Amino acid sequence: MKTKLTALALAATLAAAAPARAELVVPSLSYRTGPYGANGTQYADGFADYFTLLNERDGGIGGERIQVPECETAYNTEKGVECYEATKDTGALVYNPLSTGITYQLIPKVSVDKKVLYTPGYGRTSAKNGKVFEWVFNAPANYWDGASVAIKYLLDENGGDLSGKKIALVYHNSAYGKEPIRTLQKLSEKHGFELSEIPIDPPGQEQKSQWLQIRRERPDYVIMYGWGVMNQAAIQEAANIRFPMENFIGIWWAGSEVDVLPVGAGANGYKALTFNGVGMDYPVYDDMRKFVIEPGKASQGGQYVGSALYSRGMYAAVVIAEAIRKAQEIAGTAAIDAQQLRDGFEQLDITPERLTEIGLPDFGPEISLSCANHGGSGMARLQQWDAEAKQWNLISDFTEPDQEVLEPLIAEDSEAYAKEAGITPRDCN
Amino acid sequence: MEQLIFAGEVFLNGLMTGVMYALVALGFVLIFKASGVFNYAQGVLALFAALTLVGIQKGQVPFADLINAVFGSRLEQFGWTVPAALAIVLAALVMVLLAFLIETLILQHLVGQAPIILFMATIGLAYFLEGLGDVMWGANIKALDVGLPQGISDGIEQVTAGWFGYGYFIDRLDIWATIIAAALVCALVLFSQYTRQGRAMRAVADDHQAALSVGISLRFIWVMVWSIAGFVALVAGIMWGTKSGVQFSLSLIALKALPVLMLGGFTSIPGAIVGGLIIGVGEKLFEFFIGPMVGGATENWFAYVLALLFLVFRPQGLFGERIIERV
Repeated sequence: MKTKLTALALAATLAAAAPARAELVVPSLSYRTGPYGANGTQYADGFADYFTLLNERDGGIGGERIQVPECETAYNTEKGVECYEATKDTGALVYNPLSTGITYQLIPKVSVDKKVLYTPGYGRTSAKNGKVFEWVFNAPANYWDGASVAIKYLLDENGGDLSGKKIALVYHNSAYGKEPIRTLQKLSEKHGFELSEIPIDPPGQEQKSQWLQIRRERPDYVIMYGWGVMNQAAIQEAANIRFPMENFIGIWWAGSEVDVLPVGAGANGYKALTFNGVGMDYPVYDDMRKFVIEPGKASQGGQYVGSALYSRGMYAAVVIAEAIRKAQEIAGTAAIDAQQLRDGFEQLDITPERLTEIGLPDFGPEISLSCANHGGSGMARLQQWDAEAKQWNLISDFTEPDQEVLEPLIAEDSEAYAKEAGITPRDCN
Repeated sequence: MEQLIFAGEVFLNGLMTGVMYALVALGFVLIFKASGVFNYAQGVLALFAALTLVGIQKGQVPFADLINAVFGSRLEQFGWTVPAALAIVLAALVMVLLAFLIETLILQHLVGQAPIILFMATIGLAYFLEGLGDVMWGANIKALDVGLPQGISDGIEQVTAGWFGYGYFIDRLDIWATIIAAALVCALVLFSQYTRQGRAMRAVADDHQAALSVGISLRFIWVMVWSIAGFVALVAGIMWGTKSGVQFSLSLIALKALPVLMLGGFTSIPGAIVGGLIIGVGEKLFEFFIGPMVGGATENWFAYVLALLFLVFRPQGLFGERIIERV
């Protein structure tokens, strides 16, 4: 009798310890610690909260609840790979590691393990070519799109002519920061502006030399590809040398509240690219309050809801959820696998009407993907920081990048990768 | 000629940056001098001190997230703010308390152990404090404002523009950092030369056993030295935190102090200052003259190259004590 009771108790304990049955597993390779933890935390919160909303409000997607197990990477490539290896056999469908370094390591792995890698706004730019990168998606925009949209914006500001203007690129001296260099070089040849490249070694707290150089060379505009403390230090140094903030444009990873708040009034007027809306003026937040925040189910009590990075994490979750919906529709089953999810991504079509239905009108650009196009239209817009109101204001419409310049670059880079990795590009016709 | 004028500006900014490096290096020197321990946690002490200062100043409830998670409460703020001067005093007291706890819970149990064991203990301490800081005050980036001015000094810009036809950029925060660092070094020198506790500290630094034999309390000296190093970390945290917000990366400023220590020696307060200045000026001038030829971003590695070059000629550092062991 005693043995039976022990066995029953053991079985009950094991049942309680096992994860709840969930067919849709979307691991969150997040970073809440380390030098980039302040950024990673907000993104991870938005990512998790949207899936919590779907679980609580709709019972998941197509009746299947979504499980979002978190694994801490500390923005460390080795830890990121460990997290991937530890979770890939748990039924994981898709990974979104928010790190270009981790992405580069996972690209060859996901094609072997047949998992989807979704890297919105980061990662390997040429992964847009679905013929070569079968398992990687980077819609709605990539680093090269960002550089091109920034230049298009400056063209608009200068009556379509940038010849003779000086533009400085201040960049994180890493694979990520170097991404836009080639694009900007091509664009400078096309539009006749002078480009200077100014690297900053990570983490980037000390940038005096670089900003003294900017003060001496007096560029008309500065474009920044930064991350973490580099952003705050750069914006502070720009304010210190009285560089006109309205001529300073950051990529979307240099456009969150954490980048500008420490600088105070000095950051007023700073601009940044974005491919998602910010703030809480969207109907989805009514449901978010009702089903997630007020019942106490929001990540970290919902303290970052509506911030730029929270919104971007939530937007990544929205795109994944829509891809899952599409995959379920194609496969005719709610319990899809990663291969079916890839098919869902390749037929993904998030129209403005669909975004409105979700409760996020005009939150992102239209996303329409295909076998060959894994990166979407590349549209982005600009936001500007109002230091007094402590908020970002959208100041331009979604703008398409210069595909005439970007497409050959993407084809060249992806073909080089295919050759190096021994990949025969798919026939998407 | 124009290059020389620009180089003058770079030189002055290098000096100012060197002072900021020296502020971090000072904390390492104090602890190493008194106890022979290379305190790996010095950078994290600066982070912890700055986090505590902002938390106190803004009336933040410590451990709020943890309390809220356990009890389902919604605590965040006490509802008051504390003036900067009082907040600095309170943060300094917290650093004294921390020094006492470090001595009682860690160092006391490791008396007589090899220096490498003490070093490993400080690595553990660094990771513990990183986590404690996060849990206590949250991981978000905090703006720090204790009233120090920032931005270009108009006076210097105008004067130099009159002299050279090009106005120099000197950050007012760097000027203040220089004044504060100079005052701090003077106070430390006066303390160690003219006070009973200071002399006891020097005695312990010279010879632990001899100091013990004349009745000096090793425990008291260690608590005192860690308290002073905690205060120096607080000053460094204020300066660096004012520049780019208080955040995890603040702990990485320790990396900037290592070449300063290699160059200046681990046991000399003037060495930390002079070492900081040489590294600051050296890396800035190298970036200015050579950086453009090699693609820039030379400062991080050149500081170490410079320190290693000095080590070839003076292995003990510029002001370090030469150790001769005869067998």
